[in-house]
Amino acid sequence: MSNLAYNDNMDHMMSDAENFEDGNRGLHYEENLLWEKGHSDTPGVDLPSLKGTKSRTGQSERKNVGLPQVSEPQVMRHFVRLSTKNYSIDSGFFPLGSCTMKHNPRLNEKMARLKGFASIHPMQPTQTVQGALKVMYDLQNWLAELTGLPAVCLTPAAGAHGELAGIMTIRKAHEVQGNTHKDVILVPDSAHGTNPATAVMCGFKTRTISTKETGRVSVEAFKEALYKQDPEGKDVAGMMVTNPNTCGLFERDIQEITDLLHDAGGYFYCDGANFNALVGKIRPGDFGVDVMHINLHKTFSTPHGGGGPGSGPICVAPSLQDYMPSPVVLKEGTAYRLEEEGERETSCGRLRGFQGQFGMHVRALSYMMSHGADGLKQVSEDAVLNANYILSQLKDDYHAPFEGPCMHECLFTDKYQKEYDVTTLDIAKTLIEYGMHPMTVYFPLVVSGAMLVEPTETESKDALDRFISVMKMIAKKARSGDVTELHNYPKSTPRHRLDEVKAAREPKLRWKKGA
Amino acid sequence: MSNVKYTDDHEWIKIEDDTAWIGITTYARHALGDLVFLELPEVGRQLNKGEDFAVVESVKAASEIYTPVTGEIVAVNDNLADNLDDLKEDLDKGWIVKVKVSNPEDLEGLMDKSSYDAFVEGLD
Repeated sequence: MSNLAYNDNMDHMMSDAENFEDGNRGLHYEENLLWEKGHSDTPGVDLPSLKGTKSRTGQSERKNVGLPQVSEPQVMRHFVRLSTKNYSIDSGFFPLGSCTMKHNPRLNEKMARLKGFASIHPMQPTQTVQGALKVMYDLQNWLAELTGLPAVCLTPAAGAHGELAGIMTIRKAHEVQGNTHKDVILVPDSAHGTNPATAVMCGFKTRTISTKETGRVSVEAFKEALYKQDPEGKDVAGMMVTNPNTCGLFERDIQEITDLLHDAGGYFYCDGANFNALVGKIRPGDFGVDVMHINLHKTFSTPHGGGGPGSGPICVAPSLQDYMPSPVVLKEGTAYRLEEEGERETSCGRLRGFQGQFGMHVRALSYMMSHGADGLKQVSEDAVLNANYILSQLKDDYHAPFEGPCMHECLFTDKYQKEYDVTTLDIAKTLIEYGMHPMTVYFPLVVSGAMLVEPTETESKDALDRFISVMKMIAKKARSGDVTELHNYPKSTPRHRLDEVKAAREPKLRWKKGA
Repeated sequence: MSNVKYTDDHEWIKIEDDTAWIGITTYARHALGDLVFLELPEVGRQLNKGEDFAVVESVKAASEIYTPVTGEIVAVNDNLADNLDDLKEDLDKGWIVKVKVSNPEDLEGLMDKSSYDAFVEGLD
């Protein structure tokens, strides 16, 4: 039996057939561990019988080692079945809000597999990898052009790593400028959780800007946070704002807010997780951003999730250029080289051993070059269009807490469904039953029972319509009052609704014999 | 009970002499859903008004708990970590910390039971 916890309510409701012990359903398999499969008395290989000796291992005879004995077909099935458990954008619709799960064009993969890119080593002499350095240099320039922030460091290995690099850059700037009194970073309550975490990791205190009224940072709420401890905001080192924010809304007052922040001597870190809504349309540098990370694995279509790997370059304004991490790729005449250690004295230093996720750099540049400036503009336009289509089709069935139009993602809550005892969790689980990955649930925290839907520009109208029809069906089912099914989905998966509380309170993190 | 106050972050505060017992309200408890973890602070920690001092984690989210008063933590309810169901508006068992209040004026402006109930009513 599996270690997973059943929902107790489920058990007595299922008929005997449904309660059949193993969880194999509809050619979906519940795959046990090899340890649970194998038997010590059924060896996986046939060895010829011994001639003239009693033991193959001579003096060093081994007793019962206890390894599972499985045959080759059993092993094949085991790993092939495991491989099918990985839901990805290549298998189906994946509208995870604030994650930009878009299609990864195969052209990117083809480029990344070119021998000259795939078979090089980061410690090769730079004269032998000029082409690779040119890719990185060109990518730096594309990102600088798209963000309006002229200095780019490609090293960070993920979005959160980019955040860390950005805030370390701000910290270094204040350190060099002697601003030791600046120890507060302002973060809106709608921020990604990584924002305040990053600020605290860099030794800052965080102060929350409330966005509860409109879903946006208002000038009043910003001022309240900025001047909370000091009438001139002298204690504020910077702010971390996502634009568009996690409610899918563009921060309309961003220019005025940024001016106030700059007057107080703070720097503006922009979380670039939602850059897919802006790319090619506006340049964050133009609304006063000092440093911003870019998720290549979101906006620029490199693989995402399950260890992608991610890549989170930072783009930096001239105000912070001297302090950003090293190395960057430099061009001298016609030759490319990596910045030397200590070449920029006030740099906050290296983030990791080498130069970042080079394979992702190739993919991102391939994406940019194949789309061109006009194509990238259309990317954000279509992403925003798709999200607004969903918002317009579902806003009568699901409560949309903030007035549209939205940007690249739309936010709903379970307010209407709660009246029928159906929650966001039930809606998400029902989507699984109907073959779709759920949207982001219970985030952002500024509304109760959030459902954040980001369809991205790569989904067809057919895919959007199917999602809309399933969502409408769920809303209708909830209204009918017959909600038992909604409470129990998914049912066609090897295991049905799990007891998540029990799983979190009593996690079983490893297999034990006989447990 | 007149010596119990409430914040708009859904904490309750029971005042006994110069000590504030702080917990979370039934509304907060309900909004969080099933709890899975509570991170408690240490005795002796100095808190500033508005600072977060504990984190409560549910299957939905992790949420901070804020102190409405400045002061030193004089006691922590270690019992709660293993009895998460007690974390509610239970003035005897549901308190998270006891804080020695440095500025009694911090308590001004906090809501009483009837204004808190009205406040909650106004939320969705």
